[in-house]
Amino acid sequence: MSVKYGLLALLERGPMYGYQLRVAFEASTGGAWPLNIGQVYTTLNRLERDAFVSPLPEQDGGQRSYEITAAGRAELATWFATPVERTDRPRDELAIKIALAITTPGVDVRAVLQAQRTATIRTLQEYTRLKARADQPDDLPWRLSLEAMLFHAEAETRWLDHCETALVRHAPSVTPTPDASTTPVMPKPDGSTTPVAGTESGDHKTDQKADRKASADHKRGVGSP
Amino acid sequence: MSLLEMRSVHRTHGHGAAAVHALAGVDLTVEPGELVAVMGPSGSGKSTLLNIAGGLDRPTSGEVSVEGKRLGDLSRSALAALRRRHVGYVFQDLNLVPSLTAAENVALPLELDGVGLRRARRAAMAALAEVDLEALAGRFPDDMSGGQQQRVAIARALIGRRRLVLADEPTGALDSVTGEAVLRLLRGRVDAGAAGLIVTHEARHAGWADRVVFLRDGVVVDASGPLSTPDDLLITRG
Repeated sequence: MSVKYGLLALLERGPMYGYQLRVAFEASTGGAWPLNIGQVYTTLNRLERDAFVSPLPEQDGGQRSYEITAAGRAELATWFATPVERTDRPRDELAIKIALAITTPGVDVRAVLQAQRTATIRTLQEYTRLKARADQPDDLPWRLSLEAMLFHAEAETRWLDHCETALVRHAPSVTPTPDASTTPVMPKPDGSTTPVAGTESGDHKTDQKADRKASADHKRGVGSP
Repeated sequence: MSLLEMRSVHRTHGHGAAAVHALAGVDLTVEPGELVAVMGPSGSGKSTLLNIAGGLDRPTSGEVSVEGKRLGDLSRSALAALRRRHVGYVFQDLNLVPSLTAAENVALPLELDGVGLRRARRAAMAALAEVDLEALAGRFPDDMSGGQQQRVAIARALIGRRRLVLADEPTGALDSVTGEAVLRLLRGRVDAGAAGLIVTHEARHAGWADRVVFLRDGVVVDASGPLSTPDDLLITRG
């Protein structure tokens, strides 16, 4: 999703100027998605160029408000009506990591899974704590977006459990090192590994090599922006 | 003082080659105001841990203290008294007595402990009020919803001087919204000064805990430590 639709949705409430849009945007995501004012104005310029918004005369304070146009309203309606495709989302770095962990010699897959589980549960704890505070009627949009993240994190832990069960049934937990001289990729003395940050996996940190190797198994990773 | 302290706790079932090590050296403390969740696959020792924490089972070796009292030093009857006075349980299958009303169920541990009927009932009404069920005090469990029954169980778990609540899959068969209400309630009681230890396989419920301990094959393999504050979170997530 881009900021574009966020601003269009806010302008559907009524004309607003840049700073108001920024405040309203952050309020509707509970501060989870901070915008800088530069992003707001850049986006407004593009929306104006595409005739989705039009500027109103400058106010006394020097602020220029924008209002949504009919074309903007149609664009917004189309966005609301179009389901989000899974293929539009960034590739899943975690799935790629686990797939590689299983096939890379010397990796303790259970340690990798546990490191991720701990990180994901911590994320769940943090979201839950935020949710516990969001108990006012006005908090509903924020609570629902927190719950989306909670469900995502919960699904991830279930998938991690599933991976572990599948490992026990179908493969040794440590991929055998074929050659004794091969240096293990991830030694496990303390079980510490680097989990994928957060649950919104797929930030584009995955290295290209890993992407290429796993792309055959992860078709939805192909062609993401 | 920790409300619950477990040191090098082992629990072995059977002997020799057939011995099963349900717990193999567990250290765990739960402080007042702290909710700790225990997660782990089936057979990892979660329920054994909970039973030993509450004095329902004794460790093969190691020490368990509740409210500073070493359970190993207590006679059978002293242990039973400590359980009645200081430890509350919330089970998946509730264990409410069907022939007693909600208030009678909640008052039961106090009455068993010799507290006078009137005082026990007054305490029960207060405990029910805390879980927002005062109005249903006269109902029998069968006339209440699953969520209401679970709230009665929580009121009973924390009546009187009881400050340690042990919960084994407390949301059992409840739907997700009702289950969450139960966790929210438990969280509230812990924030008010109780200590909670909860066994769950649901990550969503573990999310309510301050600390999550992972058990596998009778040992703690990992723990998610103290949380950052929500405000830290909002800043770091930017």
